[in-house]
Amino acid sequence: MEHGGGASPSNLLDDAVGPLAGRFVAVEDSGCNLAAQRDNKRFFFFDMLTWEYPGEKIRDKEKTSGGGLVALYGEIQKVISDLPQERKNSVTIIIDDVSLMEVAAKGSTNLVLDFLHYCHTLTSELGCSLVALNHEDIYSSSERPTLILQMEYLAGILIKAEPLATGLAKDVHGQLTVLNRGNDGQGSRYKICNFHFRVKENNVEYFYPGSRT
Amino acid sequence: MADSICRALRDGALEGEHAPALTIKDSIASPFGLDVFSHLFSQLTSNILAGKSQSRGLVLVAFHRSPSFYVDLLKTKGIDIASSQKWIRILDCYSDPLGWKDGISHGTSNVASSCNNVKDLHKLLSMIIELGQGLVGQGKVHFSAAIDSVSEMLRHASVSSVSGLLSNLRSHGQVSSIFWVLHSDLHEDKVNAALEYLSSMVASVEPLNQCGNGQRSNVNTLPLLERSFAKGKFHVRFKRRNGRVRVAREEVHVEHSGVKFTSVSSENETTNEGLIPKVQFNLQLSEKEQIDRANVVLPFEHQGNGKPIQIYDGRKSLTDTKNETTTVSTTESETNESGKGEIIYFRDSEDEMPDSDEDPDDDLDI
Repeated sequence: MEHGGGASPSNLLDDAVGPLAGRFVAVEDSGCNLAAQRDNKRFFFFDMLTWEYPGEKIRDKEKTSGGGLVALYGEIQKVISDLPQERKNSVTIIIDDVSLMEVAAKGSTNLVLDFLHYCHTLTSELGCSLVALNHEDIYSSSERPTLILQMEYLAGILIKAEPLATGLAKDVHGQLTVLNRGNDGQGSRYKICNFHFRVKENNVEYFYPGSRT
Repeated sequence: MADSICRALRDGALEGEHAPALTIKDSIASPFGLDVFSHLFSQLTSNILAGKSQSRGLVLVAFHRSPSFYVDLLKTKGIDIASSQKWIRILDCYSDPLGWKDGISHGTSNVASSCNNVKDLHKLLSMIIELGQGLVGQGKVHFSAAIDSVSEMLRHASVSSVSGLLSNLRSHGQVSSIFWVLHSDLHEDKVNAALEYLSSMVASVEPLNQCGNGQRSNVNTLPLLERSFAKGKFHVRFKRRNGRVRVAREEVHVEHSGVKFTSVSSENETTNEGLIPKVQFNLQLSEKEQIDRANVVLPFEHQGNGKPIQIYDGRKSLTDTKNETTTVSTTESETNESGKGEIIYFRDSEDEMPDSDEDPDDDLDI
């Protein structure tokens, strides 16, 4: 998932995205109490803003071995492997903002990509879903936006949130383009959908272009 | 053209020559490189199984997709996996390329063996060759190699070491053919060029409709994108042994069952028709209108009435004098009846040149 300016989507369209849009997102949609779910062991939250990075001493080592992100991946894997068997294959990993992860990795795009690759291996090994958010306009000045491109190659579904070509409107805040490449899943492959959306207080409303006046 | 690629990969290398190598090149606008790769992979496996190819085994280096994907792919093609140990080995560089999963076992099947440090290309090369020789032995028997993403390799190692690995594989006596996928927009031009020079065939998948100035697709190009989403241009460049270069074009369609190749000419017209924007007036004539237009008699065609048309050049030929006088008289009578004017002109003498652009007063000396 990436968006280039405009508003910020945090929900997915189950309809266009299909089975990959996991249970986790649906929970959020219905206004579920996440704190209660955390106590229930259905929601695990890694707060990267207060993530304790290994100190200065092993910074050099960290550069080569990946340090923080390797540890983060280890944590994710541990959480998933501790889940009961029937819940293991219905896990969704959500990464809120890969661009900030790049900052946390001290600008090492490769390290972030390695991390994403490892998260991607969980999707094929355990049937997890992976949702990652990035901002396209951060990379607009660079000639070759490698991170965005690599993420697109990795992803089976790409959701772009963009402003309307005509600018911000009262009823429509922007548009979503869903490119479903269906990379290795079965079923319908290669589908494109376009929606308009309106950001509300607690959720986002999606509709087909022209269906609202 | 896809068939000729398949044939080239099947026929393999001649004695004492480098193995044929294929780069499959794509970009994010039409990311079908891996689909083409899967197609060629399954074609080659069926050739190997049928004993038609020079190689008797295949080593697949999986960087981008998990080995289980390829096992499933072969299953859908009806190829038995149980017997595949004898002819295919998958080097798994996908599941744990950097050894982050240390201590945690991940299932390796009997077909796949894993590589935990993809940065060490020397080891990777020796592993590929070991796996190949494990399949076919150390004699004169050949095996093929396939790498599903060189782009991923380039992320972990330098261009020189990656191209070193590829050319070492190419020149290895037992390698029959080798092919790989390259995502061209992730790398600098010189990196792409270096890998293209290494290969004897380059197949590039390009979008049907190039966006202006190489812009990335956006919502404004959505209608175009929708039409050409699962399609792409397929350009193939063969470098022949005698030094000639052959370029061929096709169109590639990605479908549920796999990729399909069609010739460009048959498809071009329909896509062109589809690309004309919908406007209120007709830009093209319907069939009836075309027939009607063909039937219109143009002004200079009126005179014929079935007889050969004689355009009067102002010269009165002696033989035709009689005929002409009669025709003139008839036209006179007709004009009288219809009451229309007419200009009748007889040339004074044969010396006079027919109408010419020359100024008749040219020779006057005033």
